[in-house]
Amino acid sequence: MSHKYSAPGDHIESVKPVTVSRYRGITRLNHWITAFSLIVLAISGLALFHPSLFFLAGLFGGGQVVRWLHPAVGIVLFFSFFLLFLQMWKLNLPKREDAVWVSRIGDVVQGNEDRLPELGKYNAGQKFVFWSMTGLILLLIVTGLMIWEKQVPLWEPYAPWAATIPVRRIALLVHAMSAVAIILVFILHVYAAIWVRGTLRAMTTGSVTGGWAFRHHRKWLNELAKNQEKPDPSKTPAE
Amino acid sequence: MTGRAPQPTTAAANPPVQPLASNLLPTDVVRISATAHVPTPERQLDKVAKLIDVSKCIGCKACQSACIEWNDTHPAIEENVGVYENPHDLTPDMFTLMRFSEYVNPEGDLEWLIRKDGCMHCEDPGCLKACPAPGAIVQYSNGIVDFISDNCIGCGYCVSGCPFDVPRIHKTAHVSKKCTLCSDRVAVGQGPACAKACPTQAITFGTKEAMKDLAAERIEDLNSRGYANAGLYDPQGVGGTHVMYVLHHADKPGLYSGLPEDPRISPVVESWKGATKTVGLAAMGLAAAGAVLHGLFSKGNQVTAEEEHEAEELVVKTADAAAEAAEATDGKGL
Repeated sequence: MSHKYSAPGDHIESVKPVTVSRYRGITRLNHWITAFSLIVLAISGLALFHPSLFFLAGLFGGGQVVRWLHPAVGIVLFFSFFLLFLQMWKLNLPKREDAVWVSRIGDVVQGNEDRLPELGKYNAGQKFVFWSMTGLILLLIVTGLMIWEKQVPLWEPYAPWAATIPVRRIALLVHAMSAVAIILVFILHVYAAIWVRGTLRAMTTGSVTGGWAFRHHRKWLNELAKNQEKPDPSKTPAE
Repeated sequence: MTGRAPQPTTAAANPPVQPLASNLLPTDVVRISATAHVPTPERQLDKVAKLIDVSKCIGCKACQSACIEWNDTHPAIEENVGVYENPHDLTPDMFTLMRFSEYVNPEGDLEWLIRKDGCMHCEDPGCLKACPAPGAIVQYSNGIVDFISDNCIGCGYCVSGCPFDVPRIHKTAHVSKKCTLCSDRVAVGQGPACAKACPTQAITFGTKEAMKDLAAERIEDLNSRGYANAGLYDPQGVGGTHVMYVLHHADKPGLYSGLPEDPRISPVVESWKGATKTVGLAAMGLAAAGAVLHGLFSKGNQVTAEEEHEAEELVVKTADAAAEAAEATDGKGL
């Protein structure tokens, strides 16, 4: 069993037609908790970001609720994403073919997959989303803790310089800018998952069709084909 | 009710005895936090100011007591750590605080500089700029900056926005608190409680013009008594303030427990509440709209039937090859 391009749980589910398991149930649950947290954070954060969006605070019961709900959900997202990170970081390390993929970004957006290199489980765009999310979530959690008024006394004795008003102002600015950036990355992530047809089911039912894997992540499919334990073409789809 | 209260011109006068309606109306508001368009008020109230003459202050803290009493706050009893400040800092229950500093002047004499700290009521308030909650902070046309607790969400942005480090978040009520310049007293023709209580008239209250004139007299007096650098502290970086100081050392405001030299709304706060807000909203809006539109009109990146077929071939062939290889190595298969 080799896992150069695939994660331990990935496997060929059935052969006629080919379906490939891409995400385990636990990974999908982990993903959706993260996604739900991010959406709540984005909506509640936008309420405080721009006066024209303050009405969004009403969805949670008003600004006073947003004040504590937003940072609390931020903590949930941080840990939830951290678990996703542990599962995904290895396959998101940059590879030589990513440079080729990026240099042919025109073909990517036109859907000319035949002009793109064969890829492992993730393409450079997905890796960009992964690492942007990682970096931005780190920035947001650190600056978020710095501006969480109620909890400042918890850490202030250990880093009094970070609790000073000039530093807190910078934290507020960085938090707002990172939040804009992460919402843009989120839009890109959702858009790409919908535009590349057949992708969403990887995060709902957990599997993709063989054709999808062949078109977009051929090295991944190849490795899984080689990893098959029982080469039995008559095997019916699981469940 | 027999009509509206007059605008107060001093804190020394006794209150009118007949019941009077408030003369500080919602329509007198000129700025509202997180609100772009504020209707232009029908009238302009006289700009008011509190003048604190540091050279006349004896540090008795009658102003603090009057403030606690009028605002019905309950500051916690703290421990004596050997300094005169009591409490040790402004708190959600202590809107004003005498700050004591000892200064050895170039002649070698000790000067005891006592400054009554509290909200400066900036003409361009940083707290109001930073506030995300519509209506939580308002500015009246007489210059008073007031926190409306009903609209406050307790986020603490005003703490970062203030150039003077004044607002404090109440730990249990979860709202921001600071000096109101006794807006509720001013509304009925009274001056602030601290000014009323001050036994040496170090704190006076009136129209901003009258207070500037009074300050000029005081500065002239101080000049004649050897304080060549005496002057008025009415920092223009925040558009002037509605609480002003007469300082004996106006060239060095930092001597007075760190009074800022040239206070202004921090450029960091300006860019957070300026460019970041507008550019950020536009970028997110365009990205979202673009994604939805393109998503609706694009066919998407479709997998072809041929690719499904090729995938099947690949999986089957790989499996067969693996089986053959296994057979070749041990001759038994799996």
